[in-house]
Amino acid sequence: MNTLAQTGLQYPVLAHFLTTGAILFALGLVGFLSRRNLIIVFLCTELMFQGVVVTLVALSKYHMNITGQTFVIFVLTIAACEAALALALVVLLYRRKRTLDSQSLQELSG
Amino acid sequence: MTTFELAKFIPWFPAVGVILCLICCTKPALRKLAGPICVLSILTSFIVTCLAYKSVPGVVGTTVDENTKFAVLNLFDWIHVGNFKANFSYFFDPLTIIMLFVVTGIGTLIATYAMGYMHGERGYARFFAAVALFIFSMTNLVMGDNLLVLYLGWEGVGLCSYLLIGYYYDQPIAVEAAKKAFIVNRIGDLGFALGIFLTYLTFGSIEFNVIIPAAQELLANGSHAATALSEPVKAAIAQAQSVNPAYLTWIPFLLMLGAFGKSAQIPLFVWLPDAMAGPTPVSALVHAATMVTSGVYMVARLTPIFQLSEYALPAVALVGGITCIFAGTIALTNNDLKGVFAYSTVSQLGYMFIGVAVISVGGIFHLTTHAFFKALLFLTAGSVMHALAGNLDIRTMSGMRKKMPVTCWLMFFGCLALAGFPFTAGYYSKDLLLGDAILSGIKTSDPIAAKMFYIAGILGIITAFMTAFYTFRLWFKVFMGPYKYEMGTDAGHEPVDDMEVITDAVAKQHEQEHDHTHHHGPHEMPLWPMNLPLVPLALGSIILGALVVSGLGILDSKWFESMLENSTQFAASHIDHSEFAHHTHTTVAIISIILAVLGISLAAIFHWWKREWVAPLCKPITPIINILVNKYYIDELYELLIRRPLHTLGRVLFVFDDYVLANLVNFAGFVPRLVGYAVRPTQNGVLQNYGVGMVIGLAVVIIIAFYAWLGF
Repeated sequence: MNTLAQTGLQYPVLAHFLTTGAILFALGLVGFLSRRNLIIVFLCTELMFQGVVVTLVALSKYHMNITGQTFVIFVLTIAACEAALALALVVLLYRRKRTLDSQSLQELSG
Repeated sequence: MTTFELAKFIPWFPAVGVILCLICCTKPALRKLAGPICVLSILTSFIVTCLAYKSVPGVVGTTVDENTKFAVLNLFDWIHVGNFKANFSYFFDPLTIIMLFVVTGIGTLIATYAMGYMHGERGYARFFAAVALFIFSMTNLVMGDNLLVLYLGWEGVGLCSYLLIGYYYDQPIAVEAAKKAFIVNRIGDLGFALGIFLTYLTFGSIEFNVIIPAAQELLANGSHAATALSEPVKAAIAQAQSVNPAYLTWIPFLLMLGAFGKSAQIPLFVWLPDAMAGPTPVSALVHAATMVTSGVYMVARLTPIFQLSEYALPAVALVGGITCIFAGTIALTNNDLKGVFAYSTVSQLGYMFIGVAVISVGGIFHLTTHAFFKALLFLTAGSVMHALAGNLDIRTMSGMRKKMPVTCWLMFFGCLALAGFPFTAGYYSKDLLLGDAILSGIKTSDPIAAKMFYIAGILGIITAFMTAFYTFRLWFKVFMGPYKYEMGTDAGHEPVDDMEVITDAVAKQHEQEHDHTHHHGPHEMPLWPMNLPLVPLALGSIILGALVVSGLGILDSKWFESMLENSTQFAASHIDHSEFAHHTHTTVAIISIILAVLGISLAAIFHWWKREWVAPLCKPITPIINILVNKYYIDELYELLIRRPLHTLGRVLFVFDDYVLANLVNFAGFVPRLVGYAVRPTQNGVLQNYGVGMVIGLAVVIIIAFYAWLGF
């Protein structure tokens, strides 16, 4: 508590956590839209994900309701699996295309 | 299980035959088994029919109780919906058993003949599968205890007729004829189906054991003891009395249309002469002896219902009479061996309709004798056609008796019976019904109905003369006179075994046989299996009438009469045994004997003795002959009045469809394509662009939600 007080902040309130989550999400979003390396793009989606998770935990704590945090544990577990799967796909794409540039994947253009 | 119980399986022996024949179709080695299988399955049905004969209520020798004039054997419960009930059950009375004898007995003989006739044809097994299927349908038709089973058999025989007419499916003529038969029959069947619906609306039932007693009761106007009636019959009577009385008039006229379609009467007779495109045994079985008589059977079976309308039976008689003379005149000038018999079948069916319409024993009697002699005539005609490699033009034939003596005399017996020569089967049955027709014309109280009966009878008597002439015209032309023939183009009677491996040696042998036969020319048919089955038919054609009418010590005399008197056909009327009736019958018989002998003699003069007289005599009446040769231009008339307008209508609708409907539909398809064209660039496959799209969408949702939260 003291350390926080020394930095000039009072208790970290809900708004702080929500802002952190929003910043994480926005960073991820910008990265997702601007980067072309598939792995980076993928990491950016993870970043957006974490932003959402932080929001969930914060609101759970605020409402004194454990459900949100329980939900986060499950979501993280699933996210781990999903990450493994997505990375595997990226590797396969790389083997086929010999590049990680997302702009080179345009076979589905209408 | 008693013997009688076995009778309910009569249709199912041929059904098993169908399955076995179809199995034979699949394996080349089994194909030649199909014929014997088919014959045996029909023969089994015939034997079972014979065994069941004594147990049928109402047959000669059994005591008849007023309430049990028929028996119903239930095979299985079929349709029960609300108060609608149609079981798969069979109705037995003397009429049924007579029809079963005709169908299975004649069927066995013809199938046996067909084993020889169809030998070596492609599709041998297919042919016998269709024949067995036909017998299955036909027995269902005559045994069904309600209109729905009858209708099922009715459509079944129609299908088999289509399959068998179109047997040579690589010949356009056969395919056309098959389609024609099918379509013309559909028109009649529409009427029949509507008749069945209306019967249900009127009586609340379609079961014979309900509607026939109900109709009888309505006719008798409640003079029977009401207690004797069962509950369903009472309900049916009550319902029939409560509906619009016009229904009772409509039912017989609608059912009549179906009968006229199936039994080739004016105006629906055009399909039958064309049906001769099928193999000859089929012409004999389906298009002469059995199937075409199912309309006659239906009228006979439902006589009490036809009697409910005052003019239904007179109309049947009049149409029968007109068809009779109409087809008879066409047959006079026809030069096609099978064509003459085809038109004579149409004409004889007219007689049968006169017979059943005046509620004469002669109707069904003539059906039976006609089955014998017409089957015989067609099969012998088939033998001639077979011997001449498919040639059917009687102008090219002469003096064939030298090469085909057995066929010649077998056909002679058939011709005698068809011509109504005294004391042959055809003579008894035809004169019986004509006598009854004249009698009805005199005795019927309603003047218009009486006139209709009378005209029908007179037309029948005139036709008797023509029948004698055209029958013997054909016989004298083909079998008498100097020996002369032309071969047809059809080498179909050469055995071509499709299972045989055609090596060079075999091919050469075939070639030699082929040449050999052509060199050899016409030849007699083998005794088995072709000529022998014809002997019972010939015997039947000659002595059946005498056997049935005078007894000859084997059957009770008046056997047929007693049989039918106990059937439902005569439920509401009785045979007139008065002195006057006897007198009328004798007069008609004498007139027709004179006419028959006159016809035969004229035929002998012009077509055997003095053939050179024909041409000069025909010269002054050439226009009339031309009309007859062209069959009264009926086909052309149908073409002009029905086919052409329909075709034109079809073209108009086609144009409408092609230009209006098709464009509308294409426009409906064009709109999404246009929209797709507009939005297609956004789907460029770049991952991040989709991401931008999602974010923009999210932003829009958030903005809307925000403003909604703010309240404006």
